[in-house]
Amino acid sequence: MSEYITHDAAGKSVGKVEKKFFTFAEPPNEMPLDSGARLGPITLAYETYGKLDPDKSNVVLVFHALTGDSHAAGYYSDDDDKPGWWDNMIGPGKGIDTDKYFMVCSNVLGGCMGSTGPSSLNPAKGRPYGMDFPFVTIADMVRAQKALMDHLGIKKILSMIGGSMGGMQELQWCVQYPEMVISAIPLATTMRHSALAIAFNEVARQAIVADPNWNQGDYYGKRQPDLGLSVARMIGHVTYLSDEALRRKFGRRLQDKDDLSYQFNVDFQVESYLRHQGAKFVERFDANSFLYITKAADYFDLTRFKNAGSAVKVFSMAGARFMVVSFTSDWLYPTYQSKEMVKAMKKSGLDVSFCEVEAEWGHDAFLLPNQRLTSLVRGFIDSVYEDVAK
Amino acid sequence: MSQNSNLRFDLKVIASWIHPGSRVIGLGCGEGELLAYLKEHKQVKETGIEIVEEKVVKCIEKGLSVIQGDINEEVHDYPDDTFDYVILSQTLQQVYDPLALIRSMLRIGEKAIVSFPNFGHWHVRQQVLFTGHAPITPQLPYTWHGTPNIRILSIKDFRAFADEVGFSILKEVAINTDKQDKSGSIVKSLPNLRATYGIFLIGSK
Repeated sequence: MSEYITHDAAGKSVGKVEKKFFTFAEPPNEMPLDSGARLGPITLAYETYGKLDPDKSNVVLVFHALTGDSHAAGYYSDDDDKPGWWDNMIGPGKGIDTDKYFMVCSNVLGGCMGSTGPSSLNPAKGRPYGMDFPFVTIADMVRAQKALMDHLGIKKILSMIGGSMGGMQELQWCVQYPEMVISAIPLATTMRHSALAIAFNEVARQAIVADPNWNQGDYYGKRQPDLGLSVARMIGHVTYLSDEALRRKFGRRLQDKDDLSYQFNVDFQVESYLRHQGAKFVERFDANSFLYITKAADYFDLTRFKNAGSAVKVFSMAGARFMVVSFTSDWLYPTYQSKEMVKAMKKSGLDVSFCEVEAEWGHDAFLLPNQRLTSLVRGFIDSVYEDVAK
Repeated sequence: MSQNSNLRFDLKVIASWIHPGSRVIGLGCGEGELLAYLKEHKQVKETGIEIVEEKVVKCIEKGLSVIQGDINEEVHDYPDDTFDYVILSQTLQQVYDPLALIRSMLRIGEKAIVSFPNFGHWHVRQQVLFTGHAPITPQLPYTWHGTPNIRILSIKDFRAFADEVGFSILKEVAINTDKQDKSGSIVKSLPNLRATYGIFLIGSK
């Protein structure tokens, strides 16, 4: 998901950042999970940007999507070829201004970018968890993030923001710990996956488990299920773009040739692009994490929280001020799903703003530089901050 | 009335009717000039509905809570009596089903404020009478084929409408404005002939 990010032309950046780690739930105090299992110890990798006010009133939580990580902005070292995945939004004077706000972004539970997941060492067996890793849900991810907030001594969250699966974590936060959340910005997200979204995830998972190298998840230190994982990523990429985005970016143009090859090699540019994305992805992502996290996203259904049974009932547990944003060409989490959310928020008496941003790049639009999105985010967070200061 | 110089004259009149600390929704709120004024000067709890994305962004930049959508649909989601005032400023003449909208407004709010350009103004009458063409005036600047105004009404028409369908007019002001609508005055005599806009505060009977 970070393939879009480039150095800021204006040179604006939060600068050097550091990945930190927090470990908790040491046995026998393991964290209980939705599935009934218990997990511990748990480590979360996280980063912070900006300065925490003395009264801790300027905290903004940032959530990453399916395959993201804690590295949302800035650079680890001088020779990094890219900044964090949302550097166009987070930084001095940017949409979320690091001169004003203190941001925390952590890698999700079940991930593979420093937080505990299936590739982590299972202390009971002295080897990676693999398929022994318990199922985790979006609510479990949020529970772990809450432990991190407790560790940092943060009791109130001024605002939270994230797209896609990041938005799901926000929505969950707002009903699970309503007293902590002052405002939230769910971007390009949904209260629950449609059959279409589940279908794509299932095809992606099947690509992984059909790879003989997957070996029931027991592949650590051996040959990796690279083929399966790269096909899974290719499917994902199609769903993150749009008909229009693909047409504009590639059309039917051929890759390094003037005519069709009549071979099953790469003919079209779009094929080359997807293969490249797939190949890049396997270098940084763990196949088992992909299985667990996509399942968590598929299982997510906000309306089932505490047996609420309806969106209106579940949102009546929340107290945050919301700004919901969708994108016109997003066919993974289309606007109607955001509108459904907004409708329920209105019915339950919440203060909500909604904007459908015109964008041609499909679901991934939330990651791309967009002046309107930046204005919306800045305007909203600043006004919440002013209201709190009153 | 407040001395804020930037607010359009008709909006100043509306603002003067709003009690401090009220819950207010603006239907078709544009770039949020009135709501921002009310939020700052009357400490209202504001919401707006606006269909144009660019204008919604402008509102949210001002710190207002605004939902992008069609006013005729968005009003249905609010529980009864969610607001003290429901404002429909200079939009009634563009609404397909005015009666349904006004009923919704009086369901979700205790009172509603409706303003519209007065088609009974003498400029309009004069143009129709002497030129035989559909009128074009500073308040109604459109050609017959390009106008968004699909409901042609005068101040008298609105009063008759209130009687006919059964809502009450709690307050009524007719105003005459300059060409830019920045400044204006209240019209006391012969409003249906001399006023460019009518502004009504209405409630359920």
